[in-house]
Amino acid sequence: MSVAKPLPHDAAALHVTGAARYIDDIPLPANTLHLAFGLAPIARGRITALDLGPVRQSPGVALVLEASDLDRPADCSPSAHDEPLLSGHSLRYFGQPVFVVAADSHLNARKAARRAVFKTEKRDAIFTVDEALEGDSRFEEGPRVWEKGDAGEAIDAAPHQVSGEIEIGGQEHFYLEGQAALALPQEGGDMVVHASTQHPTEIQHKVADALGLPMHAVRIETRRMGGGFGGKESQGNALAVACAVVAAKTGRPVKMRYDRDDDMTITGKRHDLRIEYRAGYDAEGRLAGVEFTHLVRCGWAQDLSLPVADRAMLHADNAYFLPTARIDSHRLKTNTQSATAFRGFGGPQGMMGIERVMDQIAHELGLDPLEVRRRNYYAEKPEGAVPPGPAEAQAAKTAGEAAPRPADTQADLASRGAVGNAAPGPAPAPTPGAQTTPYGMAVEDFVLGAMTRRLEESANYAARREAIAAWNAESPHLKRGIALTPVKFGISFTLTHLNQAGALVHVYQDGSLALNHGGTEMGQGLFQKVAQVTAETFGLDARAVKITATDTSKVPNTSATAASSGSDLNGMAARAAAETIRDRMAAFLAERNQAEPGDVRFEGGQVTVGGETLDFAEAAKLCYEGRVSLSSTGYYKTPGLAWDRIKGQGKPFFYFAHGAACSEVVIDTLTGEHRILRTDILHDCGRSLNPAIDMGQIEGGFVQGAGWLTTEELVWDEEGRLRTHAPSTYKIPACSDRPDVFNVALWDEENPAQTIYRSKAVGEPPFMLGMSVFFALSDAVAAAGPNYPALDAPATPERVLAAVRRARG
Amino acid sequence: MNIRFLLNGESVELRDVDPTVTLLDWLREERGLTGTKEGCNEGDCGACTVMVTDDRSGARALNACILFLPQLNGRAVRTVEGISGPDGALHPVQQAMIDHHGSQCGFCTPGFVVSMAVAHAKGASDYDDALAGNLCRCTGYAPIVRAAEAAASAPVPDWMTEALPAPGGAGVEPGAESGRVFAPETADELAATYARHPEATLIAGATDVGLWVTKDLRELEEVIFLNRCADLAEIEESDSHFRIGAGVSMDRVMQAVAPSLPSYAEMIRRYGSAQVRAAATIGGNIANGSPIGDNPPALIALGATLHLRAGDNRREMPLEEFFLDYGKQDRARGEFVEAVSFPKTAPDFRVYKLSKRFDQDISAVCGAFDVTVSEGSVSAARVAFGGMAGVPKRAAAVEEALIGAEWSEAGIAPALEAFETDFTPMSDMRASADYRLEAARNMLRRYLAETKGQPVSVLEVTA
Repeated sequence: MSVAKPLPHDAAALHVTGAARYIDDIPLPANTLHLAFGLAPIARGRITALDLGPVRQSPGVALVLEASDLDRPADCSPSAHDEPLLSGHSLRYFGQPVFVVAADSHLNARKAARRAVFKTEKRDAIFTVDEALEGDSRFEEGPRVWEKGDAGEAIDAAPHQVSGEIEIGGQEHFYLEGQAALALPQEGGDMVVHASTQHPTEIQHKVADALGLPMHAVRIETRRMGGGFGGKESQGNALAVACAVVAAKTGRPVKMRYDRDDDMTITGKRHDLRIEYRAGYDAEGRLAGVEFTHLVRCGWAQDLSLPVADRAMLHADNAYFLPTARIDSHRLKTNTQSATAFRGFGGPQGMMGIERVMDQIAHELGLDPLEVRRRNYYAEKPEGAVPPGPAEAQAAKTAGEAAPRPADTQADLASRGAVGNAAPGPAPAPTPGAQTTPYGMAVEDFVLGAMTRRLEESANYAARREAIAAWNAESPHLKRGIALTPVKFGISFTLTHLNQAGALVHVYQDGSLALNHGGTEMGQGLFQKVAQVTAETFGLDARAVKITATDTSKVPNTSATAASSGSDLNGMAARAAAETIRDRMAAFLAERNQAEPGDVRFEGGQVTVGGETLDFAEAAKLCYEGRVSLSSTGYYKTPGLAWDRIKGQGKPFFYFAHGAACSEVVIDTLTGEHRILRTDILHDCGRSLNPAIDMGQIEGGFVQGAGWLTTEELVWDEEGRLRTHAPSTYKIPACSDRPDVFNVALWDEENPAQTIYRSKAVGEPPFMLGMSVFFALSDAVAAAGPNYPALDAPATPERVLAAVRRARG
Repeated sequence: MNIRFLLNGESVELRDVDPTVTLLDWLREERGLTGTKEGCNEGDCGACTVMVTDDRSGARALNACILFLPQLNGRAVRTVEGISGPDGALHPVQQAMIDHHGSQCGFCTPGFVVSMAVAHAKGASDYDDALAGNLCRCTGYAPIVRAAEAAASAPVPDWMTEALPAPGGAGVEPGAESGRVFAPETADELAATYARHPEATLIAGATDVGLWVTKDLRELEEVIFLNRCADLAEIEESDSHFRIGAGVSMDRVMQAVAPSLPSYAEMIRRYGSAQVRAAATIGGNIANGSPIGDNPPALIALGATLHLRAGDNRREMPLEEFFLDYGKQDRARGEFVEAVSFPKTAPDFRVYKLSKRFDQDISAVCGAFDVTVSEGSVSAARVAFGGMAGVPKRAAAVEEALIGAEWSEAGIAPALEAFETDFTPMSDMRASADYRLEAARNMLRRYLAETKGQPVSVLEVTA
């Protein structure tokens, strides 16, 4: 068996020796140019004069371009074509690229870029959601509103009501490898770009568009990223396009990488939100209805904000059955970086709203918040029952379905920012009586009831809760708190047509395999998982498979490696390709040995046919000599999805992934400082493809999620300048910030949905386990006084101290 | 200037090096050693960590991104490529990182591997501390610490032993670069050189000046490297006092003060990562005059004396008098910090560092207290703060209100009121003015509680 083994990351040996190659490590051809952007010095207004003379005269400078110097408009947007590569004279945020410098070194380009002399005229910039609402500065014509029943009436009629608001901060991705691209001009005007990107096809599309070339003239290669987290879904477009434009203009190789401060100043981050809420509930804390208003700060350009804001709405229920609900979502345009994808894609922010409601209801009723949460959980999947999932996964073995011809060749069909052309088909009928989400999808695979019970026991929740209360009674300044919070996360791209993937598998005559698929490797272990799936199909060890760089010329029209979908989609596609080859081999070998193809066995590195056992390499050699095609593509599309984002109705997700975390914290009520003392996690990966890699996603996701809600604070000044633009000022968790006691276990129950080996997606869901830390902090603050603390995020020491003050009244 | 050092066991000699080329850029761009990564270019993420060995301090982890080539003269450098054996054999920490799934995206991994190899060689087992200067965004650190623990008992591979080279082209170099680079060997040479070139930039550990170059992109006209001045890097101990040379790195200060001033040592542990403490010097942290440097408030509360020197003239002053105003110190042209001295023991001394993150973060507020209580009331008080004004500052009004007051919550109430007399802090990305004031006041309350034996540190609570 290859699948389900806890094998190391395929590149681990390269990582630890420094031999793993990232974009900036690729040896450069002589004559390579290096780029840097000159950045807008104001948040909103016009350039009245721009003197680039000193830039041009700076040492080593070969070329300086502003927007008016471009032969054709170059756009970097993944959605609304509202992100020109270079601003022109109208400025939209502090740090927007205005011009690009090409020089003989990275350092010379950076130095030159700072020598421009700007004269500008400021306009009143819009920074906050309040300013944006007041100025009706927004994307889309008005708020998206989804309703289930009449929530207002249900809330009013309920015995109790609660209302309030919570501020939820954004988050810088802080991928350790900054954005980078390298363009190599080819004969005949073709372009090859090495890009650190989660979305090579999008880069290909944007580069082709900027150069006026068909997509086949542009090839994008991505071997690995030094971290992505959503920050390389669209934010690498500008570098790749800039490199390609300069390479086309000069005929020279061109590299660009952002210095860290430039990276943080220029690129988008997680959306910050304010959520206003009102809920009605009974004496047991059961919800009758809830209303949310999401005020989403999207920044200056649309980017992926619409689907991000949609996903926040889609997770407004988290794990709870809402009998009635209304969610209003305002997508507000501000003069700040264009907020973008980040692990969870709005889901985490949406969940924070309902978790806050649970926490506050428990406080009002004097109940254990876990009890309130549990009472509102969706109904559990019946024991042992597998709900009628979609029909057998459609692992079509050849790609060939006619796609609608794009009316607009500029349309970013493969981007999550795209607007789907295809009308949503009918959603599969839910089981009668099944509880439904606010968007009408039946929840039939819910396992959090059982997971919560198990975690409660393994974490010794009840006893610790009592012990903490006793400890707090004796401690005047330090207070402890504990919380157990669930995660239910929907898996699939909400833009339905993106739920497809392709793969390419070769078997060589010596029995070695090469694997290529549309997914990208950013550290999540996707390549290793898909290699295990491929090897498994041939009964081989995973080491038999050579994993090759993602390449738009090998597998076309790929979706971003995003939405946790990488192994679900690419694993299926790779298996389909592998099965095609295996079946051809089996047919040939069966005929040769007068056996039935179905009786040919691929196991343990050997092929058994009609009583004969061959090494796989020998079998491959025989097949080659027998003129059997040993190469195949594979294709997969997720079945059973149908989604109408305007109505907010349908089945956007193939299934749900679940997790639960119990965290204990201690706070200092004098300064607001705090620490995580212990965290216990139980996470649902279905039947794990690689438990070691899944554990890594869970531990890392949790710490990243806890960082989002505690130490990681983005601060802009009154001019709209980001003041936290480097690790000296923006604080991601360090080694000692992980919990002192950190117990992580997998909920190893197969996925009822027919996924690859019944595994579940694991990229994003664990991120939201970090919420347990935030609500443990709320619990600790509540121990300081009688009032509800109404803690905001990120819970920096300053915000914790403010909450202590509120709790004390 | 000409330099000689060992790189992964091989001797390297460079002539006329540009004094502000960083080791990181040189490794990656000149030597093609791309295992060492650039993550932030300011010494905060540790992706560029290399092992540097010298005869004074042995092997230490340093950030190559803010390490200038002349600082390597006479030392040995080992990059991730040299942590593996010459035949490609893996170091035990490398094998453990594979076995324990310690890498995901792999970009921070070389830096971690080097920090782990240094800790391994020194037998250090506090990995939270040894790895505080290495940021990882993927793993959540748990598997990395598991790997470090797993490798701890393996022997140090023989290839990790360094034989230090003789420095090349040391001393004052009037010929090179039109005489703009100097590397004096003694404090006397430094004094003479600086007197002749008072506009030169003094570079000790380069944890601050490094950023002038990598971030502000400043061109430095004349530079004087202090790292070869052995007599500036001495710690003298009398019966009652430490006298610490300006060139003593913070890791050595930490070791020196740990037995007798544990609160100060713990603050230093948090003030910078292992990489930063190994580079930063106490003289640099004082002389740059930052209002948010953590040493000055601690040293002011300890009653430190600053020793300045210009040519052959020396003078001294209470440390608090050195800081005149924001960006302005009582330091003449050609004058430099030679040493700082302070009492070896102060049983009632405590310093509290407040920041968003515990490790490797700049303080929003740093408060230091040394209050003596006799028969229930305060008989002496020294209180100083960083982050509360344009300079590190003694809290005169607070001290005055404390003297004679009963040592109790009620007794310190007037002193809490007096904070507003002493301080008008500002709001910035680290904290608001109101929070700074409230937290500063509460630090006095915490200090009181601590002297009464109450638990006050979240770092000391366990689940």
